[in-house]
Amino acid sequence: MDGLDAAITILVGAIRAGTPLVFAALGELIAEKSGVLNLGVEGMMLVGAVVGFMATVTTGSVYIGILAAVAAGMVMALIFGVLTLSLLTNQVATGLALTIFGVGLSAFLGIKYVGTPITGLKPLEIPFFTDIPVIGRLLFGHDLLIYVSFALFIAVAWFLYRSRAGLILRAVGESHDAAHALGYSVVAIRYMAVLFGGACAGLSGAYLSLVYTPQWAENMTAGRGWIALALVVFATWRPGRAMLGAYLFGGITIMGLHVQALGFEISSHLVATLPYLATIIVLAMISRDATKIRLNAPASLGKPFYPSA
Amino acid sequence: MTPQLDLREITKRYPGCLANDRVGLTVMPGEIHALLGENGAGKSTLVKIIFGVVKPDAGEIWWNGAQVTIANPNAARALGIGMVFQHFNLFDSLTVAENISLGVDPGHDLAKLTSEIGAISERYGLPINPHQHIHALSVGERQRVEIIRCLVQNPKLLIMDEPTSVLTPQEVERLFETLRRLASEGCSILYISHKLDEIKALCDSATVLRLGKVTARCSPADETPKSLAEMMIGSALPTTKKAMVKEFTEDPLLELRNLDLPATDPLGINLRNVTLSLNRGEVIGLAGVAGNGQKELLAAINGERLAPHGAMLRLAGRDIGQEGPEKRRDEGLAFVPEERLGRGSVPEMSLAANTLLTWHHKGQVKTGFVDRVEVNAQASKIRETFDVRCPDVQAEAKSLSGGNLQKFIVGREILQGPEVLILGYPTWGVDVGAAATIRQAILDLAASGAGVLIVSEDLDELFEICDQIAVIAEGRLSPARRTANTSVEELGLWMSGQFEPTGVSDAA
Amino acid sequence: MLAGIGLFGALGTDPFLALYTFFVRPLTSLYSIGELLIKATPLLLCALGLTVGFRGNVWNIGAEGQLTMGAIASGGIALAAYGQDGPWLLPLMLLAGALGGMAWAAVPAVLKTRFNANEILVSLMLTYVAVQVLGHLVHGPWRSPEGFNFPETRTFGDWGQLPILVDGTRLHAGVFVALAVFLAVWLFLSRSFQGFKVTVAGQAPAAAAYAGFSNTSVIWLSLMISGATAGLAGTVEVMGTIQQLQPVISPGYGFAAIIVAFLGRLHPVGVVLASLLMSLMYLGGESLQMNMNLPLAVTGVFQGLLLFFVLGSDVLVRYRIRLLRPHLKEPA
Repeated sequence: MDGLDAAITILVGAIRAGTPLVFAALGELIAEKSGVLNLGVEGMMLVGAVVGFMATVTTGSVYIGILAAVAAGMVMALIFGVLTLSLLTNQVATGLALTIFGVGLSAFLGIKYVGTPITGLKPLEIPFFTDIPVIGRLLFGHDLLIYVSFALFIAVAWFLYRSRAGLILRAVGESHDAAHALGYSVVAIRYMAVLFGGACAGLSGAYLSLVYTPQWAENMTAGRGWIALALVVFATWRPGRAMLGAYLFGGITIMGLHVQALGFEISSHLVATLPYLATIIVLAMISRDATKIRLNAPASLGKPFYPSA
Repeated sequence: MTPQLDLREITKRYPGCLANDRVGLTVMPGEIHALLGENGAGKSTLVKIIFGVVKPDAGEIWWNGAQVTIANPNAARALGIGMVFQHFNLFDSLTVAENISLGVDPGHDLAKLTSEIGAISERYGLPINPHQHIHALSVGERQRVEIIRCLVQNPKLLIMDEPTSVLTPQEVERLFETLRRLASEGCSILYISHKLDEIKALCDSATVLRLGKVTARCSPADETPKSLAEMMIGSALPTTKKAMVKEFTEDPLLELRNLDLPATDPLGINLRNVTLSLNRGEVIGLAGVAGNGQKELLAAINGERLAPHGAMLRLAGRDIGQEGPEKRRDEGLAFVPEERLGRGSVPEMSLAANTLLTWHHKGQVKTGFVDRVEVNAQASKIRETFDVRCPDVQAEAKSLSGGNLQKFIVGREILQGPEVLILGYPTWGVDVGAAATIRQAILDLAASGAGVLIVSEDLDELFEICDQIAVIAEGRLSPARRTANTSVEELGLWMSGQFEPTGVSDAA
Repeated sequence: MLAGIGLFGALGTDPFLALYTFFVRPLTSLYSIGELLIKATPLLLCALGLTVGFRGNVWNIGAEGQLTMGAIASGGIALAAYGQDGPWLLPLMLLAGALGGMAWAAVPAVLKTRFNANEILVSLMLTYVAVQVLGHLVHGPWRSPEGFNFPETRTFGDWGQLPILVDGTRLHAGVFVALAVFLAVWLFLSRSFQGFKVTVAGQAPAAAAYAGFSNTSVIWLSLMISGATAGLAGTVEVMGTIQQLQPVISPGYGFAAIIVAFLGRLHPVGVVLASLLMSLMYLGGESLQMNMNLPLAVTGVFQGLLLFFVLGSDVLVRYRIRLLRPHLKEPA
């Protein structure tokens, strides 16, 4: 039973470690499906994380903290939207700027909160269900936000492939000129997609600072925003694969720790490089198949939309 | 009878140009009405105003006896106006049914729509499979999707913007039948074109635009193509001087021998067994419907895609299939690409810098550094020789009009003194004057002993200047025929792929 | 600037005193002018390389990692030569630093050209890896035996340090390295045919393909140049300013250089001015911390805001020029 137990522990750990990636990747996936490449995920996550933390400390309520983080992510996304969609700045440069700004702003805002203890979000204990062998621990006994992430996944998948609004979103990402000519408001639709991405990134930050490690530390996202961006490519813009990819990366993070715990003499610094190296390798493997990328990537991704008069 | 559509005194001004100047246009119910004019005459602006994409500065729109304002395409559709754009507004990765549903009101559900599509395609002779993805369709089929998308909404007026440039002559005939049938059921059609014979064959009446103004209203059946052309350009058509029928020695300058090249782009066309021989002093035209491998063939001849074997492409007897564009250029191959801005030229760079783009192998670059004086001198020479109108050679490429930029690019390639010149759609979207200059320059180059290969969709142009014409269809090339020995009908059949394959049997 | 006043106002300090402390105070002594140039040096080096890449549409955003690798490579040489150094060590370290940065930049180049992998993500991931590798080295194998278990290496030998130029300051000869690289990059971009090819590839990829300019070579060239300059930046920083390896050798110079490159409008001369301004912002942040007890993170906020304004004002400038004159002159 020991082996099974350890496996379940790793799987549960992978889900926990992967959940921030699920949020961030699903949000970015929607933004990219509308044709907008927002490289500011890391910055939006950090601001979401710190604002969520501050709100929690101030109000004493984790739930208000989560909502504040979502709002903060959306405000960041709004800055990006105004610049790229209304002022037509370069999306790559603006996304980088958003991340640099978010890193600075979150460090600045959070300076008084480093080391402040809070009570994070607790797992939901559902009597009886949690006690079911194997699936009890896998499916039940998570914290609320993990269930939110499951729901978000279902909602995103349904929206993209079953709803008319999702069809319009995909159409805008495929060819903004055609969508415009058919009378759809490309800019408004993209604003909404970008804001959704910001909300998800804020949620992802909140998961890190309020649930995963309930504390605030400068740069605590440690590149997860960028990994989420890679995940979207890895998933060839499909929500299901993005979700699986997120858990896979969660697993890799957890594995490193477990290998150390088993007594192998490996520098913690080198173990910490694993998720990044894994991202690079996976990215290279997926991108190699140019056909697959070409057929799945939103065709107008990253291109500015100049509405012809 | 009340006109279906009545435009009064429509005016639209853009910075530096009056696109529509008090334009009036009347279309009766069930009438097929032609809107005729040169590139830049203001046809597209007027159509965009009717479809609610552009707001007029002044003027009135009357619809079925009542004055209306059309705020956006949705409002136009609600009135009963449908439009088939020249550049299709389709989404490659979505299915036919999804594409059609995006163009109709949200009320329709997809299953009901699918059966409606079936009914319409049956009734008007527009066969289509609603579940196919757009990227798997031919250009003609894509146009059907556009038309069905309009017909689903029972339009009172259907606008067709240059619909035949993407069709074979046989497909054009089928399209005309569909349009006549629609008109007989009471739907008005506004047909935009500059192809005079088509207008004569199809349209009941015509409005002619020149430089934003209505210059004539007529009944095309009573006019000749020549008189229509003169209304359109305001003077007699410029003509080109072509040498008499020439004889060519079998001295091929450029040879394509059984060229096979699979596409790198999954949505691209595979070139299959392409064989062609271009002699000294000869002009060969490649006709065909867009998207049948022209882009891929041009890239292969230019050297952007290397051939699997060196001998599949030969230039003056040397194998060049494995050489890149710069090497081929050194050896006397020049190329005017299919796209002026962004491919033939860098939009944000000066004409001088754009000269350096392809002209850098004859002393312009010394030990890795650019000789600017030399480059400026060459750019000025192109500007003078080809009458490129711009303030100076430091003007940005994107600031030039289409015709002027095209003259610059053609001039840049011709003044390098190539042995073989390849041109992709050299007069597409170019005004009549510039087009005449370009055609004459091509003929002069051939007369000096170079070989010229022109890819174009414009059969009239090819018949005017080519010695031989071949057709490209689905990545295969037909035999080349002497221009005098072929006909539009034969080329049309070939465009649908019905020809015996060619090939060089002795090729290794 | 207005946003700055607002920011300080929100912090409850006198905004004008704060702005004075931020922008002017660092320029009031010889020592601090030396500091200004010291900080501008790595910024300039990184930004010059990035300028080449950004012009060619090659988005290397991992200059921070390449800087770190350059420092590791040159630092490794200095430590290996410890106690037996000579005049040869100085050029050897500079070379090793450049090569270290290039090696790190070669990874995104290979993955981009062979596997079509996005260079933004790869170069950024490698930054995290480089920082961890440095952490591993200074905590472990390279830790100074005399360092009381502090995570740092020995101080480099005399020939492993760049000479000080002006007494009373810390200004070192690295500034000459930056100037030399500036001249080379300026010549490359404005006069050389290779530089022209990079610019064409960035502005109109289809035109570059038509002309036969190889995209692969543009990617390699861009990444090798930016890798080398970032590696040099790291080398100059450890040879001149820090004189040993520590877990943190750069306060984000590699990222700030992205802003510098854009602020300098991707032109080498502009980049020089922008690197001085950015350096002033770093000093200003320190000055605020010391004199007004405000957090250092203000610098980061300012940097982000600055980049937003640069990007935003680019648009405004573009529109205004378009209204005034129909024809835009080509830059450089």
